[in-house]
Amino acid sequence: MSESPIALDKRRPGSIYETNMSPTAIDDLRGIRTFARGVHPPSLKHLAREVPVEVLPSPGAVTVPLLQHTGAPCEPLVKPKQAVTLGQKIGSSETFISAAVHASIAGVVQMGSVATLPNGRHVRTIPIQADGQQLAGKALWEDVFGGDWLTDAAGRFEPSAIVQSVREAGVVGLGGAAFPTHVKITPNPKKPVDTLLVNGCECEPYLTADYRLMLEAPGPIVAGAMLAAHACGAGRLVLAVEDDKQAAAEAMEKAAKGTLLKVVVVKTKYPMGGERQLVLAVLKREVPTGGLPLDVGVVVMNVGTAAAVARAVLRGKPLTHRIVSVTGRGVAIPKNLLVPIGVSYGELIQYCGGLTPQAARVLAGGPMMGQAVPALSAPVTKGTSGVVVLTEEDVRQVQETSCVRCGRCVDVCPLRLVPTKIALASRHKDWDLARRYYVTACCECGCCAYVCPARIPLTQLIRVGKAHLPKN
Amino acid sequence: MAEETAKQTPAAAESSAASQAVSVAPGPHVFGGSFTTRRMMIDVLIGLAPVLAASIWIFRLYAVKQIAICVGSCLIFEALLTAARRRPCSVGDFSAVVTGLILAFSLPGTAPWYVGVIGSAAAIGIGKFIFGGLGHNIFNPAMLGRAFVMLAFTTALAAPGYRDENATLKIITQATPMTAFQQEKKVALLSDLFWGTTNGSLGETSAIACLIGGLYLCLRRTASWEIPAAAILTAVAIGGAIQLTSPGSPWTVLHDLCGGALLLGAFFIATDPVTSPLTPRGKVVFGIGIGALVMMMRRVSSYPEGVMFSVLIMNAFTPLINRWTIPRPVGGRV
Repeated sequence: MSESPIALDKRRPGSIYETNMSPTAIDDLRGIRTFARGVHPPSLKHLAREVPVEVLPSPGAVTVPLLQHTGAPCEPLVKPKQAVTLGQKIGSSETFISAAVHASIAGVVQMGSVATLPNGRHVRTIPIQADGQQLAGKALWEDVFGGDWLTDAAGRFEPSAIVQSVREAGVVGLGGAAFPTHVKITPNPKKPVDTLLVNGCECEPYLTADYRLMLEAPGPIVAGAMLAAHACGAGRLVLAVEDDKQAAAEAMEKAAKGTLLKVVVVKTKYPMGGERQLVLAVLKREVPTGGLPLDVGVVVMNVGTAAAVARAVLRGKPLTHRIVSVTGRGVAIPKNLLVPIGVSYGELIQYCGGLTPQAARVLAGGPMMGQAVPALSAPVTKGTSGVVVLTEEDVRQVQETSCVRCGRCVDVCPLRLVPTKIALASRHKDWDLARRYYVTACCECGCCAYVCPARIPLTQLIRVGKAHLPKN
Repeated sequence: MAEETAKQTPAAAESSAASQAVSVAPGPHVFGGSFTTRRMMIDVLIGLAPVLAASIWIFRLYAVKQIAICVGSCLIFEALLTAARRRPCSVGDFSAVVTGLILAFSLPGTAPWYVGVIGSAAAIGIGKFIFGGLGHNIFNPAMLGRAFVMLAFTTALAAPGYRDENATLKIITQATPMTAFQQEKKVALLSDLFWGTTNGSLGETSAIACLIGGLYLCLRRTASWEIPAAAILTAVAIGGAIQLTSPGSPWTVLHDLCGGALLLGAFFIATDPVTSPLTPRGKVVFGIGIGALVMMMRRVSSYPEGVMFSVLIMNAFTPLINRWTIPRPVGGRV
């Protein structure tokens, strides 16, 4: 492991904020850690947490979007009627902040189309019709997660080689934001990293994908974390797990025995898995408003991403499959599935027994920050960690009434904002008022709208306000 | 390597799943329980129940009459005004009931019926509807209504108005403890002030009832605890300072605390969420202001009691307090 000097320059010239952390603070990581405020929605993970991951039977076709990450879209590298193999690169971009896409099944490329993702974006896609023999079932599981994962191999690779392998494999953040991982672990001399924080919290209700991954494949997570830490120069590795996932914490501790990876248990709270809250809870450092964890010397990475990094560097295989938690009371048989990127939502739901008669909303992601899926033909992307189907009773709308300034939203906002004022400013397009209450600091976690007794759609108002905010 | 060919086409997968309609809406898609504004108002009513019970027990028919008139008038005016604005009737959210009760609790039992009616009209009409309805008013509606009738019917609501020599109920024949202290230097028994067996506004006399109800509201998070805590501590601090500078005086800081409407005001009137600041720091500032103003009015002004004016003055400051106490976000200001 390379040692990186811990010399974080707190007051960079021209910086408009000061960070208040100490580089060696909280070296003692004992005890259960937490952050202030936040909410406690019912976990409802019991629906799928004991279901071992099943491999989805190979689909007849997939639709691989050319933009399923934060950054520039890819350009297609293949033409219609061209045959592709599993793992072949079919799209790439020259831009640094982008990620390549690969074929997740073997087959024949179809005419390019446009798909609408749940976040509303229209993206170009490369549909692939399955043809020939497919890797499936137990063999696919073994290929992705099985075998031995050397946890001490990190030193054998050059950091730049690790970054290049990760870039080639198209690895992005699997926690939801889908930020290209190779950008995250590229060392930046102006912003040295001292800690790699692996995020195993999965704070959203219903979702159990990361939990099952930690239980069933802890090896690649540890190996990937070591590699990522070596690449970015972090001297300390921490894996954070919420305290309602004791079994996963124990599995990870066992797999990390003898390595530098330390497992830390954090209090179960929403949004503990949000990177700002996690850095605050585990390391007691505040990520600057408008900044990144990199500004306080931390790189945060999802457990699934770590596993993908291991696969990319140690086996040279690209990111083509991920675990998706298909759950909720609106789906007949909740399951955790290993699926190819680009399979349709409808296919996943069909495999889980279909929708129940009370199903009323299909979400990509969890119920707090997930987005509603309007068409079940939409493809699953690298950032899809779960498909939650809610019933009519879950999404029952109550009449919106006036804000009585009860202050509950202020009481729960994890970033100490005043959501009701920002929402009011957005509603009336009063951008000065919005800025005065720090509209750009909002991370859209949804805690405010969750507790509002007047049922005001605070998060949506703030979202729209942020989008319409004039640039000056 | 085990190999399998594809089993089902995606079209078949979607046709069964797509035949059901699903709704689309922005997140978050779940809500924290059934806590609504109406439920908050019902909570306030439950918190007011001990005060109601004490008031009826002490003032008997005077209390029943005044409360019925005020609550009834508030409901009627709310119904009339929402109809006039062509809005759906908002009587069901119970805020008019709360306004009526608090207005009744701040009036003397001896006030004639038209005082209650006109006070309710002012409270609902000027205190709420002119500003745009629930959630938009700047001043506490009940206090605004009381201020209106105080100026319109000075004899009925001034200190002598509380005392009716010919009343059948013995308690009404006495002066209120605050007036008695201010004018005759007569110190009431602390136990009387605590249990409430003195004359005064209908809701202010019983300290124990206000404490029980107020603590219930604070524990339920319906009322922010910062406001009553700051108000009471400030009043105690000032009262204590006064007591220390005049040793030997039988009027102690506890008399100030239990006598008059300080507890009623601190727990039920000042904590009205619409007219008090949003942030914890702002609430503390608000509470300190209330406590300081109440003590100042009691000692320096010619009024025996100052809760109503203190609340109205601090309500006027609330937007400024909100602006001055914007919390620093996690991560620093930008």
